[in-house]
Amino acid sequence: MLKGKKVAVFGERDDVSGPAVRKCVEAAGGEVIYETTSCFV
Amino acid sequence: MINTGNGNPVIRNCSQCLVHVPDLVRYGSKPRREIQKDTSVLAQVAASLRAFEEAERYPPNQTFIGNLTPDALSALPRPWYRPEALEQHGRPTTGPFGEIISQDLFYAVLKCANVLTPALIELAAEGRERIEPLLNNHPVLSPFDGLDFTAAGSFQEEIDNGSALPLYSGDALRGCVRRDNRAEGREDDNLDAHTLLEALCTKASGAIALQWLLHREGLGAEEIDYVITCGEEAAGDRYQRGAGGMAKSIAEMCGCTNASGMDVKNFCAGPASALVTAGALVKAGVYERVAVVAGGSLAKLGMKFQAFVELGIPILDDCLGAMAFLVTADDGVSPIFHLEPGTIGLAKVGSSTSDEAVYRELILKPLQKLGLNMTDVDKYAPELHNPEIMEHAGSGDVVHKNYRMIAAMAVMAKEIGKPDMPAFMDRIGMPGFAPTQGHIPSAVPFIGHALQAMQQGEMRRAMFLCKASLFLNRLTELYDGVSFMLEANAGART
Repeated sequence: MLKGKKVAVFGERDDVSGPAVRKCVEAAGGEVIYETTSCFV
Repeated sequence: MINTGNGNPVIRNCSQCLVHVPDLVRYGSKPRREIQKDTSVLAQVAASLRAFEEAERYPPNQTFIGNLTPDALSALPRPWYRPEALEQHGRPTTGPFGEIISQDLFYAVLKCANVLTPALIELAAEGRERIEPLLNNHPVLSPFDGLDFTAAGSFQEEIDNGSALPLYSGDALRGCVRRDNRAEGREDDNLDAHTLLEALCTKASGAIALQWLLHREGLGAEEIDYVITCGEEAAGDRYQRGAGGMAKSIAEMCGCTNASGMDVKNFCAGPASALVTAGALVKAGVYERVAVVAGGSLAKLGMKFQAFVELGIPILDDCLGAMAFLVTADDGVSPIFHLEPGTIGLAKVGSSTSDEAVYRELILKPLQKLGLNMTDVDKYAPELHNPEIMEHAGSGDVVHKNYRMIAAMAVMAKEIGKPDMPAFMDRIGMPGFAPTQGHIPSAVPFIGHALQAMQQGEMRRAMFLCKASLFLNRLTELYDGVSFMLEANAGART
């Protein structure tokens, strides 16, 4: 589904972090062009 | 399995207080920025503020000061801010752990937190009749001195020209906070009225918590050896912004004449890092009695105010948090603070890019050192943000998200099956009950409840998991985590 796609990653500290999403995206063949982890507290 | 005791210190006592300051919400970072963009926002904020009685009876606040247990809060139907929920609890201002402080009493303490002449804080003589008795008749805070008043006319011009910020109670002008008016101070944005108010709020609320700790313990202030603060303020001038000095200033205000102190900083995980430091100092025999103090955060007042205004709900993030903890050598009764090598969970630099790796470091490795499984822990305390504040702003239930990760880790450790996750989360979990005050909600508001339950033989172990968004400093992309375990003392269990 993500093979060859460019992906912007928005993670959250108290949920799934940006780096964790990046690993999934890259494992699925996607290219992460932006990644951030937010803190809402 | 490592025995309890083992030379470890104990957390002997605590205080947990809230300071209801609706008229300081306008000086929180988010409201202040929005008001600067559109001055009509100030009226929207003012129209959405809660009365003291509402904040006082609010079930999460009652849980913070110990009148409700987290389990009892969990059983209460939401929304907790609705009048029917408030009516169930009368108006207990004080609880087992501390007190909900009114704004006018806080202004009196804020005035006492000032040590300079000319004063950074002025209180208007017009409010004297209301404010003075609140402090002078207070059973715990009356030792604070320095309360005096001056005619509002003497500082009105400074408010008008912007060098001082007004302090209100509703429409009544109660006083002002000045900028540093020395020649060098006038050139320094770090010493403007707003920045000084942030630091003074942390000092004053921290002093309230320490004074309550001394009161609860029946301990003379001169018997404290060392004070460690862990707030998120950054006091200091242009050459040493954030350099510290908060702990010693609070110790001075509370009369801890034999103590020194220092500030520990680690974002939201500051209290956990400060407790570990305090425990290590006690275990090493350097100090006998160390107080860890967390004052409140002005910047985070009204952080989620926009959602409340839009939805017609009272602004619920209107309280400063204030906590203090007393760490001593093992007294044979108080909960053991495990500090054996490897029992403090850390998010190591090398593991911080993987949630799974972080949780292994925070939970599984310390438990392994203690010879325990995840299911041997009665309660896990993660970030305890009040969901009623977070969800309206679209941030979700932070506590629930943390429990989902904890339960997932138990599945990965093959201690529970995936279908068991909801039941496991119910057993080891609790609802959030702390205001969104950065370091204040970070697991440690459960300490009061844990101390109580362990001393009553109702709980064996509690694990505290604290996170810190280091990446907000723009120096790294890492976040930090600190975990520690409290265990009922063998002396209390027999």
